[in-house]
Amino acid sequence: MKKIILPFIVALLAFFTALSCSAYENEEYYKNRGLEGTEINVFNWGEYISDTYEGGLINVNAEFEKLTGIKVNYVTYESNEDMYPKIKNGGASYDIVIPSDYMIERMIDEGMLLEIKTEELPNYKYVSEDYKGMYYDPDDRYSVPYNVGMVGLIYNKTMVEEAPTSWSALWDERYAGKILMIDNPRDAFAIPQKILGYSLNSTDEKELVDVAQMLIDQKPLLQGYVMDEIYNKMESGEAALVPYYVGDFVCMQEVNPDLDFVYPEEGVNIFVDSMCVPECAQNYEAAMLYINFMLDPEVAMSNAYYIGYATPNQGVLDHPDYEEMLENKYLYPESEDMPDTEYFHNLPQETLTFISNLWSEIKIQGTDISHIYIGFALIAAVTVYYIVRKRVISRRREYWYDNPEKNK
Amino acid sequence: MKKKSLGTKLTAAPYLVWSAIFIIVPLIFVLVYSVTDSQGNFTLQYILDIGKYKDVMLNSIWLGFIATVISLVISYPLAYIMARTTANVQRTMMILVMLPMWMNLLIRTYSMMIILQDTGIINTALEAIGLGKVHMINTEAAVVLGMVYNYIPYMILPLYSIMSKMDHNLIEAAEDLGANKFTVLKNIVLPLSLPGIASGFTMVFVPSVSTFYISKKLGGNTFSLIGDVIEMQFKSANNYNLGAALSLVLMVLIIICMMVMNRFTGEDDDGGVLI
Repeated sequence: MKKIILPFIVALLAFFTALSCSAYENEEYYKNRGLEGTEINVFNWGEYISDTYEGGLINVNAEFEKLTGIKVNYVTYESNEDMYPKIKNGGASYDIVIPSDYMIERMIDEGMLLEIKTEELPNYKYVSEDYKGMYYDPDDRYSVPYNVGMVGLIYNKTMVEEAPTSWSALWDERYAGKILMIDNPRDAFAIPQKILGYSLNSTDEKELVDVAQMLIDQKPLLQGYVMDEIYNKMESGEAALVPYYVGDFVCMQEVNPDLDFVYPEEGVNIFVDSMCVPECAQNYEAAMLYINFMLDPEVAMSNAYYIGYATPNQGVLDHPDYEEMLENKYLYPESEDMPDTEYFHNLPQETLTFISNLWSEIKIQGTDISHIYIGFALIAAVTVYYIVRKRVISRRREYWYDNPEKNK
Repeated sequence: MKKKSLGTKLTAAPYLVWSAIFIIVPLIFVLVYSVTDSQGNFTLQYILDIGKYKDVMLNSIWLGFIATVISLVISYPLAYIMARTTANVQRTMMILVMLPMWMNLLIRTYSMMIILQDTGIINTALEAIGLGKVHMINTEAAVVLGMVYNYIPYMILPLYSIMSKMDHNLIEAAEDLGANKFTVLKNIVLPLSLPGIASGFTMVFVPSVSTFYISKKLGGNTFSLIGDVIEMQFKSANNYNLGAALSLVLMVLIIICMMVMNRFTGEDDDGGVLI
C-alpha cells in the first residue's frame, strides 16, 4: 500500500472539504450524454491509480462512477509485454489502456489505436507542453500523457561504502550477493547498454551480444532477478543495490529512510505512459469522458500523490498543494542534475526475438549439472536392478508352480 | 459386462464435455503450436531447439525428484502413525496436514521467502542467540524446501488413505509367524502401500518439475527451472511456439518418468496407477 507524505494529509483534507460541493471542473461536460448505466473497461498497470480516500486522496474510479453514472470495470497488467497480446488477440474489449511510449509506437504502427479528439476535451489544456508532440505520437492524435518516470539506481546508504554514481556499481564485487537486477529484458539490457555507450534501441546483434555477456558476468554477484519483490527486499535491507523506477523508490523511501536514489552519470531510460483508446473499444464516448476526468487537476493530483511518479499535468504542477512534491529532487531534478535520458523505441520483431533468446540464455547460464548425471545414473541402475530382480523372482515362482514335484 | 443405461451415460456426460474442452483441446493447441512457426507454417525448428534447454530441463527433473523423495521420507512414517491412532487424533492430524492448503500457494511461497531471507525470522533468531547467519534464500535447497512444503499434503493423503485401509490382520499374522518388525515393514506394509506411494509420487513429482513461481521467489530467479523458461516464452518473450514445444517435451519426459515409476509399483496386470 502506497502512502502519501504525512504533512499533506491535513492540507489536502482541508482543501477537499472546502471544495466538497463542486470538486471537478466542467461537471456539466459529463452530464446528459445518455451514457448513464453503460460500462467502461479500463486496462491499466497494477498500483497505477489512486483507489482510496485515505489521507485526502480520492478513489478515482468511484468518483468517476458517481459523477457520470458509468460503471468502471478496472483490470490491471504487469508489463507492456503482458498487455500487448491481450489487446492484439482481441480476447477482451477495453476502452482505455495506458501503455508506455515504445509500446504506443508499436500499437499505432499496427493500427491498434483509435484517434482521440483532444480538441473536444475541456481538460486537455492541462497537458504540459513538454509532453506534447512526443516522438511516438508527433501530432498527439492517439495518446494523452498520464505519467512520466525514469529508471535510476536505488541503494541502501548503510550498506554501500560510498554513494554510487555509475551503473558500474552493479558490477562491484564488494557488493556481491547484495545486488538485485530488474527482471525484464529491455530494462536489464538498458544498463550495460548505457555503460558501454550503446543506444537503448540498438538493433546491432554484436552490441546486443556484448550486453548479454556483461549480464552473464554480473550473474555470480547477483542476489536475484526481481520485480515486485524489490519492495520487500529493499525495505527490509536484504539487498543493497537495485535499478528501478523512481516512483517506486519514492514509496519505498517512506518505509526505509536509509534508501537513496541516484541517476547514474552514464544516462538513464525515461518513459511516458499515456492513455490510449484501443481499436476494440466498445464505449468510445465514455472513454473520452474518462480521459477528460483523469486530466482534471484534482484527480491528476490524487493520482500523482498515490503513484509517486512525476506528472505531465500542468494543472497539478501549478497547484499550490503540489509544491512540496515539486521539491522532491528525485522526481523533479534541477536542470543541472538532470541526467542524460533516452526513450525506448519500438524494435523490429527480429531484434525482439534476438533479445528474448539472449535473455533466456542469461537466465539458464551457470547451472552446473554434472552431479545430476551421476544422480540419474544411480536411479537408472537401481531401476534396472529392481526390474531384473522382479523378473527373476516371478520366473522362479512360475517355475515353482509349474513343476511342484521338483520342489518336494 | 452389463450394458450401460442411457442414464449412466448421461451422468458421465458433464465430465466428458469438460475434459474435451479443457483438457483435449488445449493439448491439441500445445501440439499444433509446437510444430508451427509464428506464421503458422509447419516447422520442427522449435522442437530441435530444445537441446539448448537440456540442462535446465534435467535440473528441473532432478530437483523435482529430490523434493519428491524427501516428501516421501517425511510422509511415510507420518501416514503410518496416523493410520494407527484413534479416530479423534486422526481427524486432528488430518486438519493439520490440510491447514496450509487453505492458504494460497503464492502467499505460502512469498512468506517462505520472508522467513528464509538473510534478514528473515530464522536468521534474526539465530543471530540473537549468537549462532550467526545461515544463507538460505536463493539456493537450490530453498527451492526444494519450497516444493516439499507446498506439495507434501499430496504425498501424505494417498499414503494415509491406503494405510488406513490396510488389513491389520495381515501384520498380526506375519508377527505370529515370527517376523520381526523390519521384516513386517519390508514384506507386508511396504508392498501393500506401493499404490499409495506411486500416486503420492506422481502428485508431488509432476507439479514440482513444472513449477515456476517457487523457483522465482525462493531461487531468486538466478537459475531457471523449465517452468520459468516456459512462462517467460508466453509472458514476456511472446514466443508461444517455443513455449509449447518446451511444454510438449516436458510432458513426454514426465510420462517416461511415470512409466518407470509404474514398473516399481504395480504388477503389470493390475493396471498400475494413473499417469
